[in-house]
Amino acid sequence: MGAIASFINTDIRMMMPILIAAMGLVYAERSGILNIGAEGIMLIGAFVGYVTAIKTGSVWIGLLAAMASGILAGVLFAFMTITLMADQTVVGAAYNILGLGLSTTLNRIAFGVNSTADKVNSIGKVHIPGLSDIPYIGEMFFNYNIMIYVIIALLFVSHYVMFHTKLGLKVRAVGENPRACDTLGINVYRVRYGAVLYSTMMCGLAGAYLSTINLSRFNEDMVVGRGFIALSAVVFGRYSPLGVLIASLVFGGGQALEAKFAALNTPIPDQLLQMLPYVLTILALVVSAGKSGSPAAETIPYEKN
Amino acid sequence: MPVQFKKFKWKEALSELAIPFLAIVIALILGAVIIEVCGLDAGLAYKALLKGSVMSKQAIGETIVKATPLIFTALAYALAKRCGMVNLGAEGQLYMGGLIGGLVALYVPMPSFLHIPACIIAGFIGGGLWGMLAAGLKIKFGASEMITTIMLNYVANNIVNYMVQSVILEPGGALPQTAKVWSTAMLPKIVQGTRINLGFVFAIIGIIFYYLFLWKTKPGYETRVVGLNAEAARYAGFNGNKRSLMAMFLAGGMAGVAGIVEIIGIQIRMYPNFSPGYGFDGIAAALLGKGTPIGLALGSFLFGVLRAGAHQMSISAKVPVAIIYIIQATVILFVIGSNYIDRIRKKMQIKRKAKEDN
Amino acid sequence: MEYALQMKNICKYFSGVRANHNVNLDVKKGEVHALLGENGAGKSTLMNILYGLYTQTSGEIYFDGKLVNIDSPDKAIELGIGMVHQHFMLIPALTAIENVVLGMNDTKSPILDLDAAAKKFTELAKRYNMEIDPKAKVANMAVGQQQRLEILKALYRGANFFIFDEPTAVLTPQEVDELFIMFDQLTSEGKTIIFITHKLPEVMRACDRCTVLRLGEVTATVDVKDTTRQELATLMVGKPVDLSYDKAEIDPETQKVVLDVKGLKTVQKKEGMSLKGLDLQIKSGEIIGIAGVDGNGQNELVDCITGLMKADEGTVTINGEEITNAHPKKVLDAGVSHIPADRIARGIIMPMTLSENIYLMNTDDKSYKKGPFIDWRKIDKYAQDIISKYNVKTPSEQEYIQNLSGGNQQKVVLGRELERDPKLLIAMHPARGLDIGATYFVQSKIVEARDAGAAVLLVSTELEEIQALSDKIAVMYEGQVMGVVPADTPIHEISMMMAGIKYEDIDKEENK
Repeated sequence: MGAIASFINTDIRMMMPILIAAMGLVYAERSGILNIGAEGIMLIGAFVGYVTAIKTGSVWIGLLAAMASGILAGVLFAFMTITLMADQTVVGAAYNILGLGLSTTLNRIAFGVNSTADKVNSIGKVHIPGLSDIPYIGEMFFNYNIMIYVIIALLFVSHYVMFHTKLGLKVRAVGENPRACDTLGINVYRVRYGAVLYSTMMCGLAGAYLSTINLSRFNEDMVVGRGFIALSAVVFGRYSPLGVLIASLVFGGGQALEAKFAALNTPIPDQLLQMLPYVLTILALVVSAGKSGSPAAETIPYEKN
Repeated sequence: MPVQFKKFKWKEALSELAIPFLAIVIALILGAVIIEVCGLDAGLAYKALLKGSVMSKQAIGETIVKATPLIFTALAYALAKRCGMVNLGAEGQLYMGGLIGGLVALYVPMPSFLHIPACIIAGFIGGGLWGMLAAGLKIKFGASEMITTIMLNYVANNIVNYMVQSVILEPGGALPQTAKVWSTAMLPKIVQGTRINLGFVFAIIGIIFYYLFLWKTKPGYETRVVGLNAEAARYAGFNGNKRSLMAMFLAGGMAGVAGIVEIIGIQIRMYPNFSPGYGFDGIAAALLGKGTPIGLALGSFLFGVLRAGAHQMSISAKVPVAIIYIIQATVILFVIGSNYIDRIRKKMQIKRKAKEDN
Repeated sequence: MEYALQMKNICKYFSGVRANHNVNLDVKKGEVHALLGENGAGKSTLMNILYGLYTQTSGEIYFDGKLVNIDSPDKAIELGIGMVHQHFMLIPALTAIENVVLGMNDTKSPILDLDAAAKKFTELAKRYNMEIDPKAKVANMAVGQQQRLEILKALYRGANFFIFDEPTAVLTPQEVDELFIMFDQLTSEGKTIIFITHKLPEVMRACDRCTVLRLGEVTATVDVKDTTRQELATLMVGKPVDLSYDKAEIDPETQKVVLDVKGLKTVQKKEGMSLKGLDLQIKSGEIIGIAGVDGNGQNELVDCITGLMKADEGTVTINGEEITNAHPKKVLDAGVSHIPADRIARGIIMPMTLSENIYLMNTDDKSYKKGPFIDWRKIDKYAQDIISKYNVKTPSEQEYIQNLSGGNQQKVVLGRELERDPKLLIAMHPARGLDIGATYFVQSKIVEARDAGAAVLLVSTELEEIQALSDKIAVMYEGQVMGVVPADTPIHEISMMMAGIKYEDIDKEENK
């Protein structure tokens, strides 16, 4: 029982960067934009968040700065893919290279190669009197930092927005048939820009969450595929925020399993354990792809007459 | 839109070069700005970059050595793309090719004239099967190859690291590396005073193969039809799945050869994480070259220059090697951006003309 | 008389091509005004300008007597204009009611109140004698129902001026009747209708006045009661056209069965129609025209024959060789040529040259190979032959096919398919979207193929085309053949079959 509670606790903490990125990406994909550059934007966010947190001494300012960097990256991405109608996968691929280049270069310049980097102060767990002290349940659900509660709350809000508001309906419609939306006076470009900027902002935040909260420091190329895992969480989660939550729990579970096994000093070699999240992602895609009905107009640029 | 051609047209090719050239200039300027903003000396940095890549025979040799694997990985991206697939997995295919080819180089003694081809073929098959796996997952389950190839990169990298650090670790050695490969498997140097080896010749052959296969043979033609209009391919009775599997096998094979050539040509033994990201540099080179044979060769050389010079740049001017990624990304973004700006400008011209006619 | 709409001197150019030139259109309040013209005459362009989807190059629009600038559909909707597009502007993945309220800002709240909307919607539907489940997914709705949903969508937004873009193309004759009843109801409420069509009988039947467009210009505006079909036809095409073809006499003794389809069945898929036990025979030197409303299984029939879709029961035989569910390649090898319905999606590869497009169906021909390589010079030569024989207007065989007009692209497809000397030619909507000249050319080539002994399966939704070309007409309805009848069978009998009455039951039905 204790092992399960501790596993779930690790799972939830591990899944956060994936979840945060995926809950943004689900909006972009629903609006018809596939951003495979998520990984790169997360890296930028991870670095910006870390540097800002170190320099200002505040994780919160770091997170905000990372969100801003995500929006900034998103403006160019949206301009290229929506206004210029460039191939989304090509721009995305370039973004991954750019993200790696920017974060690594700036990190080397700021901190040098072998410096023992400063650690970001932990934001600490919220102790909820009563609830947090319940055996097992407390550890499973009420033993987290404040961000986790905020994000989970935001997730439910974003699920509600997508399926129960006029805005959400527009986002879903634009990704299915932009031409039809145009005939109803919906500004397709504006909806897509909005969805993309929201998604890149969340990617920036996801990266910063990873660096400042999960690991308290920045490593080069530290996102190691989480951006792509977030993209597959969107598919596995059937393009809904709640589905994305479940998918993230599964993928976070893979990482938690890796961490738990590593801590147990089992005879399974490290390198094979490290493969676990990636193999799990492939398996998830195999099970869910094809059935999940991606938005009909995804990756197709819209050209107004 | 990728450039399509049946016959190679020099004039078109030259005008195609203008924008990438401009893009490189702009990217370098942007790079300089970043370097200066960070308080380093951009002039010194670029001088070092050139010194390490083109200013001497040995430097040019290094450029070619770095360009060699990029040509293969660029081919890996471009070949799959021609069949309508986005292969982001050259890095993993390179690792698997290096591993399988490396096993042959390490453990199967043979006379030299057999050993090198055997290693290359083993590397090709290793990378090819790894690439084909992603195509199979896509065909059978609809799993997006963009994501699976990336995931397979991490898996392949970990497999290689595991193998090198335990199963095929150098007996009695203290470092995480394998023993040296058999000398019969080592690629001979072809230019004195440089590290250019036979692998470069293989890369050139790879480009020629790419051109002949796609534009001069029936399976290559079918591959392009599948990539451009899968429904038309079905209508004409082509087997799209077979073409996809084959394209990904060939693509992965190319990347696999990059891996084995690096091992038996340069590194002589296997290390964990032995690729510094050649798989991703290749994607950039292919994108810059728009998937044409000449274009991707030039793209590979450009990024070869950056790779070769970056080391010198980091020593002399303290500019991190990773700056070349910024330059790469800027070049790609500028090139594809200008394509579309060009198209939109043409459309506006037509509109204006129509108004004047009226 | 008060005008609901006046469009003055409207010009519109696309990439230098003239779509509308000095078009004047006056529509009176409360009338049904036909906009008549051939495919490509500029009707849809004009209406898309009115609806704010295109912006005119020059010209003015007066709506209810006031000069308006309609630069987006938003404005049009605000003015009370509703448009029912030829290709419905619905989102299949959403429900009916979600489609209706999409993009509306009728309430201040950002929250969707689908229940309230559904209630309002159902009341509205009842008023117009329509029944649509607001919670039904559009993807699961029949085509006729989708059209009614489009109308309700416009009504829900308070439209009092309707544009119907070729609404009857997707309807059965029965549904067309219902649509025209709806027209009456709408005009009786003082609403105005523009009805885009290229079908003369519909103009005569349902409209008050008619504006005829030809090659982007207005040729006349007439009162329907003062005109005749012949006059309208002349206005529409410029000169009286005789779309009849001299077919060679073929000795029935020499004809043998080429295509034999027996009891063909497919399971119902999410989209499209299933075949429900279909029989069809075509002999050499014979054109069988498949008539029927679009979406009654024509695509499925052709795809089953060509191996592009799996049949679940029944057999397909070509020249005695059974090819049921064979690989498409085997079907092609059996001597089948196929001019597909959607040229761009299936028939050609846009970013390839003419030569490369022509090679598509000749990849197995050993004479186009030199060792392991393709003999492009020989293919270029072959492409040049097709270009001259089929009057393809192109600078050379090295031109990308995407730079050709639709008619010329179709000629390339036609040439590629006919030069294979097919035993069975399947031609789907071969003249769709082509101008008169190209139509005549394409159709006469098909007749030539028949005269040369090919069996021809012609699928078209244009009855005139079917009647002009076919030796016999087979009418399809919901995945079955209602009857195979001579080409000169009266239209009303064909219409009844198109509505689902079997040929042998027509007498009974008429005597009721």
